[in-house]
Amino acid sequence: MRDVAVVGFAQRQMKDFDGSPSMAELLVPILAECYEQTGWTKKDIGFWCSGSSDYLAGRSFSFVSAIDAIGVLPPVNESHVEMDAAWALYEAWIKIQTGEVDTALVFGFGKASAGVLRRTLSMQLDPYTMTPLWPDTVSLAALQARLGLDAGLWDEAALAEVVNRSLTDAEKNEYAVRAGGSSVSELLARPMFADPLRKHDCAPVTDGAAAIVLAAGDRARDVRERPAWISGIAHSSDGLHLGTRDLTVSGSAERAAAAVGGTAGVQVAELHAPFSHQELVLRSALGLGGDVQVSPSGGALAANPMFSAGAIRIGEAAKRIWDGSADKVLGHATSGPALQQNLVCVMEAEENGRAK
Amino acid sequence: MSKIPAAVVGIGQTHHRAKREDVSMAGLCREAMDRALEDAGLTLDEVDAIVIGKAPDLFEGVMMPELYLAEALGAAGKPLLRVHTAGSVGGSTAIVASSLVQAGVHKKVLTVAFEKQSESNAMWALSVPIPFVMPVHAGAGGYFAPHVRSYIRRANAPSHIGAIVAAKDRNNALKNPYAHLHNEGTTVESVLASQMLWDPIHYDETCPSSDGACAMVIAAEDVARTYEAPAWIHGTVMRSEPTSAAERDQVNPQAGREAAAALWRATGITDPAREIDCAEIYVPFAWFEPMWLENLGFAAEGTGWKLTEAGETALDGSLPVNMSGGVLSSNPIGASGMLRFAEAALQVRGRAGEHQVDGARRALGHAYGGGSQFFAMWVVGSEPPSN
Amino acid sequence: MTVAFDYTRSTGPVLGRFFTGLRDATVVGGRLSDGRVAVPPPEYDPISHQAVTEFVELPDTGTVTSWTWVSEPVAGQPFDRPFAYALITIDGADVPWLHAVDVASPDEIETGMKVRARWAEERTGSVTDLVFEGDSVGLDTPSPSGSGGSTSAETLVETNTVEDVTRIVTPVSLDYHYAASPEESSFFRGLAEGRILGQRCPKCQKVYVPPRGACPTDGVPTAEEIELSHVGTVTTFCVVNVPFLGQKIKPPYVSAYVLLDGADIALQHLILDIPADEVRMGMRVKAVWRPRDEWVTSIENISHFAPTDEPDADFDSYKHHL
Repeated sequence: MRDVAVVGFAQRQMKDFDGSPSMAELLVPILAECYEQTGWTKKDIGFWCSGSSDYLAGRSFSFVSAIDAIGVLPPVNESHVEMDAAWALYEAWIKIQTGEVDTALVFGFGKASAGVLRRTLSMQLDPYTMTPLWPDTVSLAALQARLGLDAGLWDEAALAEVVNRSLTDAEKNEYAVRAGGSSVSELLARPMFADPLRKHDCAPVTDGAAAIVLAAGDRARDVRERPAWISGIAHSSDGLHLGTRDLTVSGSAERAAAAVGGTAGVQVAELHAPFSHQELVLRSALGLGGDVQVSPSGGALAANPMFSAGAIRIGEAAKRIWDGSADKVLGHATSGPALQQNLVCVMEAEENGRAK
Repeated sequence: MSKIPAAVVGIGQTHHRAKREDVSMAGLCREAMDRALEDAGLTLDEVDAIVIGKAPDLFEGVMMPELYLAEALGAAGKPLLRVHTAGSVGGSTAIVASSLVQAGVHKKVLTVAFEKQSESNAMWALSVPIPFVMPVHAGAGGYFAPHVRSYIRRANAPSHIGAIVAAKDRNNALKNPYAHLHNEGTTVESVLASQMLWDPIHYDETCPSSDGACAMVIAAEDVARTYEAPAWIHGTVMRSEPTSAAERDQVNPQAGREAAAALWRATGITDPAREIDCAEIYVPFAWFEPMWLENLGFAAEGTGWKLTEAGETALDGSLPVNMSGGVLSSNPIGASGMLRFAEAALQVRGRAGEHQVDGARRALGHAYGGGSQFFAMWVVGSEPPSN
Repeated sequence: MTVAFDYTRSTGPVLGRFFTGLRDATVVGGRLSDGRVAVPPPEYDPISHQAVTEFVELPDTGTVTSWTWVSEPVAGQPFDRPFAYALITIDGADVPWLHAVDVASPDEIETGMKVRARWAEERTGSVTDLVFEGDSVGLDTPSPSGSGGSTSAETLVETNTVEDVTRIVTPVSLDYHYAASPEESSFFRGLAEGRILGQRCPKCQKVYVPPRGACPTDGVPTAEEIELSHVGTVTTFCVVNVPFLGQKIKPPYVSAYVLLDGADIALQHLILDIPADEVRMGMRVKAVWRPRDEWVTSIENISHFAPTDEPDADFDSYKHHL
């Protein structure tokens, strides 16, 4: 495997983006920030890959005009996944591994506020047996949360603790759309939204975009003192159907973690847990002990821009390597209802710390 | 570091029809996948990862359908990637699947692309009115017809070239049991006599709207060597440019030209018209055959139609094009690109049945999408790549 | 902006069997290779990956294995008032089914509660043919269909006489709030004043109409405003003869690219006031505006483009815009 590192990261997250669904006007400054961080121009980028969804935008081919933000004449080597940009990053990492290119820029964007997000996401379900009932994503997460409560795997106070820590940490994140810790008892006194979940247990509807720059070997060393070297990246999927999988665990997150050689030594883990109980599921699936700092950015409960929130977790984790505050970090992304798909990206300060 | 050589070792496709009312979306995908797996002599459990592609989700009215399909496709428990690059998606999906093998991450990857257009109406899905934009669009035909007119004018092409392509491809389709259209007796005259839909494009010069799927198993060198006739992947390429830009050449797009040039470079091909034995090119409207022949470098600018007119692109010509009957005979949009890639592989494996080109050793698979702006191509060969 | 379509889905044999059961007020499960019974039956076995072929008719009663309270229902859900979604394990099945339970408050539902299907009188063979309710309610109130919950041989014989369900129709309607970029907005404000405003890319100097949030060549927003002529050249066009769903203009009509004088990119619009077969590449045309009192912030303020009496433009003058 080639040595590939995360060397650039820019993001924007907001409640309500007042602009076009292709978000070109938001992507332009984000890409500019990536160029500034790396000292590169678009000519330095060997491969581009983006993640977005037509259903979020409400039209076919919504990703098509987004590439205008790159400035795509002369033409570029480019691809797109209908997934979170974390999977675009995976595709880009693969492309670098083939030796075809040495650098890549991945981005994701989504204007969740254009529709009613929890309803739009009903379109992700089984179109024959589920979507006709329009089960919203918050309800599905709530069914998952109750299974764990009933099984004694967590209690409401544990969920409130996740929320309290996340929103307290979010106070330091300029991009958080929800921030401000209080106390477990104060949180538990708030009304139910989707029993057993309260509104603060659910990620806020967020518009946003993000971009990440990858580079191999010397290209990475040229950009940063401490590139965030990817020592392992893998993803896996479970079935969607809520009946045939155990919702209180995450087999796909476990498999992804196993595929990167485990998470021993990880100091900081940015988890993409759009619902408070999902952080608990993920900690256990990824084998993260109590000494691991989880989502210091505030995580998805502070801001969860669809199709870039997963990539943002990887970017946030990489920043801890860049600034020297950690030597081994983990970024995680999820996709689909109730943690169906999970991706794990472990990054290290030491090149030879690579797992593979 | 260099790529791990990879090859196609299993190919499957559905019988493409206007409406496959006998199957669900999962059933459609599995029909193609099960054939590809049978061809490769593998089970779903032996596959390391699944890469799925399809065109816009609005066609089937399911957001990211790979999520609900995961279990039925045997992807639960595996890495599952979903690619979407507009009409080129079938090709890009195959390229992403290849790269998983070439990168050394997986040994056996199953890739599948599908579209079940009968669930909705493609004209509608492609023409959802966008506020602020003049609603003159009329689906893909309305989009591409003005550019066909530009080509005819620029190349000074006689007006029956499109009809030659349509008649050729429809007759090739008669030799392909999977093709959607089996229109006996299609001639240049009958094509020209069909209704003018989007002037200058006649009805018979347009692709049908199909339900269908295509799947391939792509394996790493050590696995591929155990097979009798793998289709070795010699080179892949993807290029994109904007839908509209000042002075963008929409007839002979720069992204297509540069993609082809990069592909020929990567495969050591200096004279594609001579060194490529046959080509399966994404031609949804008949006139795109001569346009792409030029774009790909098989003919000089303004002369592609001469190859077509001379019969060089017929099954017995010097450069057979769209042996399967092409997109003009089957068009499950999301799968259409992969069908092109798969036909190229079938040819170099010598397994194309009645539409086999004798002695095909190197073939091109080509797909494009969006407003002639996304290109995906590969060259496959009967021998392992030498580079 | 509403994106709405009624999707017609062919079910295939497994889901067809399930929906035929629902149409006949019977819950049909599928037996998996590990012996478990799942409702709805998966099309393919999660372990063996083979098509599920063994079906089991089950009672329409079951147990809540998880639930949530929908305090703020969204459009399309089974109730427009608060209700519960639950994972319901049908009696005789091993795998729970996601469905709605009609209870008045979250206090009336709990894990372990027994529920029973309440079937709709008119059933089409869809998961919307039923909802669940507390089992005690069901015991006291016979279902309106009269056959609810019956798995008797008699019912099966009777229902076998009608055709199986092979497709379902799923209406999908989603509302989106569509916004324009600031650059596009300036264009539409101009139109409301009867002006056609373009913008120049600060890098390549090309004049874009409409202006762009990102110049597709340079990736920077277009900036300097340029008021454009209402006269231009048809670069290329097609005659649309084909009607289609959602079409706003009646065919036949000419859809053309019009390169306005002073612009570097053509605009797509209609050509009228000339027979379609007389429209030419290079033809000079001018914008015909709707009456001023009908103007809004829309490109449709320009009704169409009509021929001017100027001679056609020379091919060389616009060939690089094709």
